[in-house]
Amino acid sequence: MSFRQAHWDEPLLIEKRSAPDESVDLSGLVPAAIRRERLGIPNLSEHDVVRHFTRLSQMNFGIDTGFYPLGSCTMKFNPKFTEELAALPTVGRIHPDQDESTVQGALRLLYELQDILATIAGMDAVTLQPAAGAQGEYTGLLLAQAYHRDRGEERDEVILPDTAHGTNFASAGMLGFHIVEIPSKEGRVDLQALESAAGKKTLAFMLTNPNTLGIFEDHVLEIADVVHAAGGLLYYDGANFNAILGRTSPGKMNFDIVHFNLHKTFTTPHGGGGPGAGPVGVKKPLEPFLPVPTVQLNGRGYHLDYDRPKSIGKVRAWYGNFALLVRAYAYILRMGGNGLREVSDRAVLNANYVMHRLKGVLDVPFGGMRKHEFVASASRVAAKGVRTVDIAKRLMDFGYHPPTVYFPHLVEEALMIEPTETETKETLDGFVEVLTKIVDEDPAVLHDSPHNTSVKRVDEVRAAREPLLSWRMAKRAAGGS
Amino acid sequence: MPSEEDEMLHAMGLRNIDDLFTDIPTAVRIPKLDLPDGLPEDAVVSRVTSMLAANRTVVDMPTFLGGGLYDHFIPASVRAITSRSEFYTSYTPYQPELSQGMLQALWEYQSLVCELTCMDGANTSMYDGSTALGEAARIAHRILSDDVCGVYVENPNFFGRFEEQLEDIRRLTKAPFVVGVNPIAQAVVRPPGDFGADIVIGEGQPLGSHANFGGPLLGIFACRQEHIRKMPGRVIGLTRDAAGQRAFCMTLQTREQHIRREKAMSNICTNEALLAVAAASYLSVLGGNGLRRVASENIRRAKELASAIDRIEAFTAPLFNGAHFNEFVVRSQKPYASVHKSLLAKGVHGGLSLGRHLPELENAALFTTTGRHAPDAIERLLKALREVR
Ligand SMILES: Cc1ncc(COP(=O)(O)O)c(C=O)c1O
Repeated sequence: MSFRQAHWDEPLLIEKRSAPDESVDLSGLVPAAIRRERLGIPNLSEHDVVRHFTRLSQMNFGIDTGFYPLGSCTMKFNPKFTEELAALPTVGRIHPDQDESTVQGALRLLYELQDILATIAGMDAVTLQPAAGAQGEYTGLLLAQAYHRDRGEERDEVILPDTAHGTNFASAGMLGFHIVEIPSKEGRVDLQALESAAGKKTLAFMLTNPNTLGIFEDHVLEIADVVHAAGGLLYYDGANFNAILGRTSPGKMNFDIVHFNLHKTFTTPHGGGGPGAGPVGVKKPLEPFLPVPTVQLNGRGYHLDYDRPKSIGKVRAWYGNFALLVRAYAYILRMGGNGLREVSDRAVLNANYVMHRLKGVLDVPFGGMRKHEFVASASRVAAKGVRTVDIAKRLMDFGYHPPTVYFPHLVEEALMIEPTETETKETLDGFVEVLTKIVDEDPAVLHDSPHNTSVKRVDEVRAAREPLLSWRMAKRAAGGS
Repeated sequence: MPSEEDEMLHAMGLRNIDDLFTDIPTAVRIPKLDLPDGLPEDAVVSRVTSMLAANRTVVDMPTFLGGGLYDHFIPASVRAITSRSEFYTSYTPYQPELSQGMLQALWEYQSLVCELTCMDGANTSMYDGSTALGEAARIAHRILSDDVCGVYVENPNFFGRFEEQLEDIRRLTKAPFVVGVNPIAQAVVRPPGDFGADIVIGEGQPLGSHANFGGPLLGIFACRQEHIRKMPGRVIGLTRDAAGQRAFCMTLQTREQHIRREKAMSNICTNEALLAVAAASYLSVLGGNGLRRVASENIRRAKELASAIDRIEAFTAPLFNGAHFNEFVVRSQKPYASVHKSLLAKGVHGGLSLGRHLPELENAALFTTTGRHAPDAIERLLKALREVR
């Protein structure tokens, strides 16, 4: 398949011809000392603005455009009916400070979703407040700290495997915890290393299972025993939930805390970077510490419970990314328990199938099967001067979004491929064939790629060396006023 | 004909799907998810729609809540733009060559935020205004490790009153100066950049997004040039491609979690990018002129509403003198809770009860009006207030 992305020489909004500024009479409205006389925002026609952004959209690639096997990010079909639901005025045009009696529908949805997510994760209670996975991690670690403190223990070490996602490190770092990183052994947690790392200072061990190599940590119960024996808690990074729905659960694996990325497994769209939603589930002993408010049901209906003396407080304003929670709720109803299990069945089938077909084309370090994703290495083509980045860029010429690259760090020249369950065999075969062809191509073609995108290879070094983050900075750098 | 699943299994030499899950030890397996079976799309849509029909929206009921989130009119073009699936179904633009559209849109958002606030750089969003403030505090701490690590002032403040002393406050301290803004009010008040602010944060929801029962929202974060390497979150930069053409990409990534890990400026990864696109669309559809009209209209209407409420015997408004933006404190003779109930019984939702936030203001509420309240909605409120017993 070949692909040509649209290319518009689309000017910046500021470069378009603006209608003159009109004066507004602010006397009696804004005190003279703080009155603003000028605003540097152009005055354009609505039609031109719509055309501007439409053209920009044509220079962008979404999951609706083509295959997007971005490992760890779970780029799967975003159902359209959930978009319709999220656009209802009964979702958008309600204010979070409304009287509870006027938002019973919203509270009921939140209440039921708390329950459903708890069931899926095998947890006892859920907060829907965190805005994304990383905020879920931050919340989860605060919960762990509150739990230990409540027992009179001050613990400040977070153990992480070397396969962990960057946010795990950053969330722990933001809270001032010490990080103890342990190396993997054959793509899995090294139990011995974990045993020597775990101790009186261990706050929690964070793990995603399957891990970021797509490998199921089959000794997870032993891992849990080691962590628990040291008095620490076991934290489940739920970014990889797509692999295990209906097959196992974090609860069953003896995890104490879980975050979900509803924008991954539960398919709320990624929006070009967000919004997402990162609910957190916990086992009973951690429930008292959940953020306020939680949603409860009593004889008078659904209500927000602020009376939680041990709560860690709020991690953000209000109750969570409601419009995303509505989409996830609707998606779960649509799939049901049976459908969700089929999601993971097919996601795992697709990943293993692509891995199977790519063996011989790229290296796949570590044996055995994978769950919903796998990590290949392009190191075998390094000899002819081709790097992963070149393969990634060349894939674009054929209408594919590249996989996640250079992560996880323990694999050299990594390509992390997650097909997801919503892709057909035909799509997967097409991808494998193109990748097979690319690897044999003349290195010069790869180095010059991409050829068919709206711009050629972008100079990211230059962007970082001289950061130009706005019109003002660009104008100043160009010697303007 | 075999199904494609069977073909794939066969290609791998497997018999059935269960063969793919043998690495999950039996001790941790579950037989199934304990949830009802799936439903047809149609059934889900009806069920969720009718569940949500129990909500009373600000359309059904004149509502005078603000306190950070506002019901402004949003031109339909904004949703048309954010509904382009090339935007909303894309991931963070890690691969700039395929993602110029999103990158330019976000860079223009950054630029517009800088115009509003007179800052040099902005990021592409924080989770919401509250977490933007939290992150600003962390950065202030990083900038200066003095006794006072930062000063935070809002304009307009929580009570809707314009802050007229930013200049004096700035002069009082050398500590990093963080200013919280309402982005629409910025169209008519002097920007924090004029007063030497280091960092500007705010809740960006008024720019083209609904209140959404509190989420998703848009955390605005902007700062002066000397602090940009300490900013949290995704940042888009202007650069060139290999052919020398203008291009955009994510930049200053060494601040971020995927490179810097525990030393990252922040842990934020997934953000609120689509709301930033909504904000850029909203600002460009309205233009500078439109935004200034919206802002001045908000002020005028709030002022009129405050005087009308003040004319009612049992109420004082605004409780605090001075110029306000689109909200103000109303004090009643009795605890506001009873006023609230009485309004609600008449199908009107009053302002934000302040007692829970500030016990000394038990008799007060924060009332908000935007350009959106029709004259009869205002009339219904006034009538209901007059009838409070
Ligand atoms: C394994 C893993 N953990 C955590 C995260 C962070 O989640 P979010 O981007 O929602 O903050 C991600 C997201 O890419 C992830 O892949």
